[in-house]
Parts: sequence; C-alpha cells; structure tokens
Amino acid sequence: MLKVEEQQPVEFSSALIAKCDEISSRYPDGKQKSALLPILHEVQAELGWLSSNAMDKVAAYLKIEPIEVYEVASFYSMYFLQPKGKYVLEVCRTGPCCLVGAEKLMEHMEQTLGVKEGEVTADGLFSWRGVECLAACGFGPVLQIGPEYTFYENLDNQKVDTLIEELRKK
Amino acid sequence: MARKLLLEHINVPGINTLDVYRQKGGYRAVEKALKTLTPDEVVEEVKKSGLRGRGGAGFPTGMKWSFLAKPEGVARYLVCNADESEPGTFKDRYLMTYIPHALIEGMIVSSFALGANTSYIYVRGEMMPQIRILERAIAEAKAAGFLGKNILGSGYDLEIYVQPGGGAYICGEETALLESLEGKRGNPRIKPPFPAIAGLYGCPTVVNNVESIAAVVPIINDGGDEYMKIGIGRSTGTKLISASGNLVRPGVYEIELGLPVEEFIYSDEYCGGIANGKRLKATVAGGSSVPVLPANLTLKLANGEPRLMSYESLSEGGFATGTMMGSGGFIAFDEDQCIVRNTWNFSRFYHHESCGQCSPCREGTGWMEKVLHRLEHGHGKMSDIDLLVDVSKKIEGNTICPLGDAAAWPVASAIRHFRDEFEWHVKEPIKSLQGNYGIANYAVPIPKAEVKQEN
Repeated sequence: MLKVEEQQPVEFSSALIAKCDEISSRYPDGKQKSALLPILHEVQAELGWLSSNAMDKVAAYLKIEPIEVYEVASFYSMYFLQPKGKYVLEVCRTGPCCLVGAEKLMEHMEQTLGVKEGEVTADGLFSWRGVECLAACGFGPVLQIGPEYTFYENLDNQKVDTLIEELRKK
Repeated sequence: MARKLLLEHINVPGINTLDVYRQKGGYRAVEKALKTLTPDEVVEEVKKSGLRGRGGAGFPTGMKWSFLAKPEGVARYLVCNADESEPGTFKDRYLMTYIPHALIEGMIVSSFALGANTSYIYVRGEMMPQIRILERAIAEAKAAGFLGKNILGSGYDLEIYVQPGGGAYICGEETALLESLEGKRGNPRIKPPFPAIAGLYGCPTVVNNVESIAAVVPIINDGGDEYMKIGIGRSTGTKLISASGNLVRPGVYEIELGLPVEEFIYSDEYCGGIANGKRLKATVAGGSSVPVLPANLTLKLANGEPRLMSYESLSEGGFATGTMMGSGGFIAFDEDQCIVRNTWNFSRFYHHESCGQCSPCREGTGWMEKVLHRLEHGHGKMSDIDLLVDVSKKIEGNTICPLGDAAAWPVASAIRHFRDEFEWHVKEPIKSLQGNYGIANYAVPIPKAEVKQEN
C-alpha cells in the first residue's frame, strides 16, 4: 500500500520548470531524455525526495514512459525513493577512508543521532548513511550533505558533533 | 624538483579564475591550435607525445583519437569522463576544484582536433561543488570568446555542457557513461561497435579522462616531442598520483613517470613515509581494482631491482609479482591493517556497484562479499579460501565490461600474497576478531639480483 506521502499531489515551482527547460536545451533535438538525470537532481533538491507522483510528472515533462524514470531513479544511488531527514549525512565507507577511521565515525554518528543507518530522527532533521567512495581518499574520513553536496574532510568525532550542532541551530 | 605540467600553478591565488589562469599562460594552447594548426596536426602532436589514457586502461590517447570515424554530415562528440569513483583515486576532483580552466582549455583543443561542436563533461553527481566550479569556468571562457560561435575568428564553433551523474561507479566505464548521458541506466554496452564508431546517440564519440584531456594543453604548448622526453620508455609525461591510506602526507602529487616507488612513499617531497612511525605492510598502487602487493614487492621487483612508478615497471612480473598503474590511486597500508577486512570492504564495494547485467559479476561479487564477510568475522572455513579463488576465476573475463575483472583481481591477489593471513583468520577466529595478523614477513626485503659479470 502506498504511504500517505506518496499519494500527495506534487507541484513543480515555476523556477524548477525554467531550470528543466534550460537543462533540456543542452541536447540535440529529439534527445531530451538525456536531461533525465540532471532533472531528477533538481526535483529532489526542491522536494527532498522522489515520490512516484514526482517521477510521473518528470515523465510527462520529458514525454517518456513513467517506467523509464523509475528504472533510472532506482538504479542510481543518489536518488531517494523514500522521505529522508532534512539533512542527509553521507559518510564514505570504502577502503581508504576505513584505513583512517570511517567505521568508528559511523558508529559515533549512530550514537549521537540515535537512529540507525537510513532512518530519520524524530525531529525530521537528520538521516545518515554510509556511501561508497567519494573520491577524496587522501582527506578522509569525509562526509557530504545534499542537495548541494557540501563536503567535509579530515573528520573526527568532535568535528561531526560540531557540524550536527550547527545544522540543528540553522 | 620534478617538472610539473598540470599542477605548476596550483598554489597561485585565484588560479581558478580565467584572468589569473591567463596571466599564467592559460589558453595559449587554444590560440595556437585554432590559429596555427589543423585538427589533424593536433592529433599528430598528441600521438607523438605518447600520452596514455590516465583513467586506468593506459591506452594511447592519440591512437584512440585517430580511430574516430568521420562520416559526412554526422555529428561527432567528445565526452570527458569525470566520473571519478575508483576507490583510492581523487586526482580529477582536485584538478577540477583548483584549476578548472586546465580542463576547459583541454576540452576546447581536443574538441577542435576531433571536429566536435558539442562536448559534454560527465561529472559524478556527488561532485556538485565541482559541477558549479566548471559551469562558472565555462561561462567565463564563453564571455572571453573561447567558446561559442566562430572562436577566435577561426570559424570553429563549440559548446561545452556539464552533465551530472547519479551516483554509480559503473558509469566510469565509457559505454555505461554514454548510456547514462542518454538518460538511461548505466549498463555497459556490448563492444563492438566501439564508441569511436557508434557512441553518444549512435554518433562517433571519443571518451577521455579529465587528466588526459588536461594533459593535451602542455602537449600543444610545448609540442609532443618535448612531452615525450619526460618519463621513461613508453610511460611518457607526468602523472597525477592520488596518495591515501596510512601516509604522513596523503594528497595529490604530480610525478614524472619513472620515479622509484620507494622515493614516492618515503621522500619528503612526496608522501613523507608511513604515518605514526609504523611500517609499510602493503600497497594498492593504482586504485582498488588492481592487485594488492606486499611491501617488499611494492618497493622491489622480484629480481630485486627497484620498482618504478611507470606503466611497465608496476606491471613487471605480471599478476604473479606485479600490479598495474591503473588510475594512479596509491593506497598504503600500515602494519596494523587487516588485509582480509580490506578485501571484504572492496568486495562489498564491487557487489554494491555491479550493474547486474552479467550473471558472473552480479552473483559472483555477492558470493565473494559473503564468504569474505564470514572469514573476517570468525566463521570462515579453510575451504573458503579456495572457494574465493574459484569464484574470482569464474568472474574474470566472463563479463561485458571490466568491472568483473576489477572485482576479481583484488580478491585473487590478496589470497596470492597474503594466504597465511587468511588461514590465520580460520585457525584463530577469536584472535582475528580482537587483533590483527600484523606485518609477518611481508616487508622482508627482496635480495638484490645478482648481476652476472661477462668477461
């Protein structure tokens, strides 16, 4: 059964549609499906995640079948098919970062935020998850926060605590 | 001091802006190519330089360019592969962050050489800050007349667009990247046809790594012959090495190919040795996909000669005693690191990133992860070790794209060189959960080869 959020109708702002128009103009005529990945990023940045209603709207905009959007959104790891916290803290969990303490950092985040990987804190502010290599292996441990994917390097427990406190105050 | 071609001005304040970049000689290559050279002459210079693809495969860039089909009336494309996702590799992010115009300038010269009027830079979606940086650099270049219609009065038109990915390692494979750029899942295509014949939208396409494209700039400025003089043998020019792991100074270094590995790890000009006064246990020299080597084989060849940072020297000895240059992702492990745990970590990565198209890779990577997980967590059996070798052999060479090989090699090489550590995990499950196997004899120096005197 669909969750309540998934049944909610979705509206795209005029700014979002203008952005989609600009993105679509980057490709030759008839190849507008190329705009799919960038547009999904824009939609997620505005709505926080990709509901099936939102994906259907993207399909209608690009004049493609909804399944063409679903199969792409479910293939790539950056698209959220479920609601997440306002801030999703994504920690690199691949080899080189683990050599410099990424696993301990994730344990610490789980304790500090009080939620398991992928879950949302009660106030709706935070989620966290381990992600694969973020291409910053020399500056690990690292984490990023969407939708602009702000990047934090050379982390330790204290720096993460400070970051979480700052985000809470925003 | 070694020569620097790409990172020479990295510490100049404002080098990320067009003005400062031009003060430091930027966009000379565009003026030289568009005003004084024909596209074929640019291709010829790149061929002469001996530049080899910096993304991992090491295929000669000039030769790749010369394969591009040029049918009448069909568009051609240059696509820059900035989907840097190989664990241990972070040089492209560095270059794009600090000197974005080096990539844009390289894109203009390379697109001109290939006759492309629209080019795309496919950047992994997580690098949103770098996407913004590149978009700003493109806008600056366009305002200065280096992009758009009739560039510098040459009659040549070019537009460059930045395309974000969606978070998938597989899109670093060139045909998967093209699928993704067409708005589809990143499933690699069956080759042939190669992208040079049928690539983006079925048109002839060249896909090159960020560093390869940036290297075209010094090649055109100084000439292919000058570039070829740097380096050693068929490993010409300079290479960006991403150094990570337990090093005193991890980071991105530009080296002249042919530098001894020992100097790279221990000298103060580069990594400054192993962090916290520990000893080196093992390295992965070219990104997670290449075979892992124990410290002794990292520093010396099997015959005791010093190993060098070059395509040939790193692969000397084949997979029995060698590894590969790959993308230049150099990961160092100190004596406290567990090879089994790291191999399990890499296996989880490949299982997560397998696109699922070929069953040997889709199923095999999952099996390897599972078996390595139980070995690492104290439930392994002695037969698991050979089972892993068996599974890795059945993946290798049996998949459409090289992700299968990339998943198989780290596992096979870890068992080849560190089998006693795997066996220890089976024999001593409790100890292996509490501590590590240590450095054993992995750092025992290899004796210098005896040189036969000929009378």
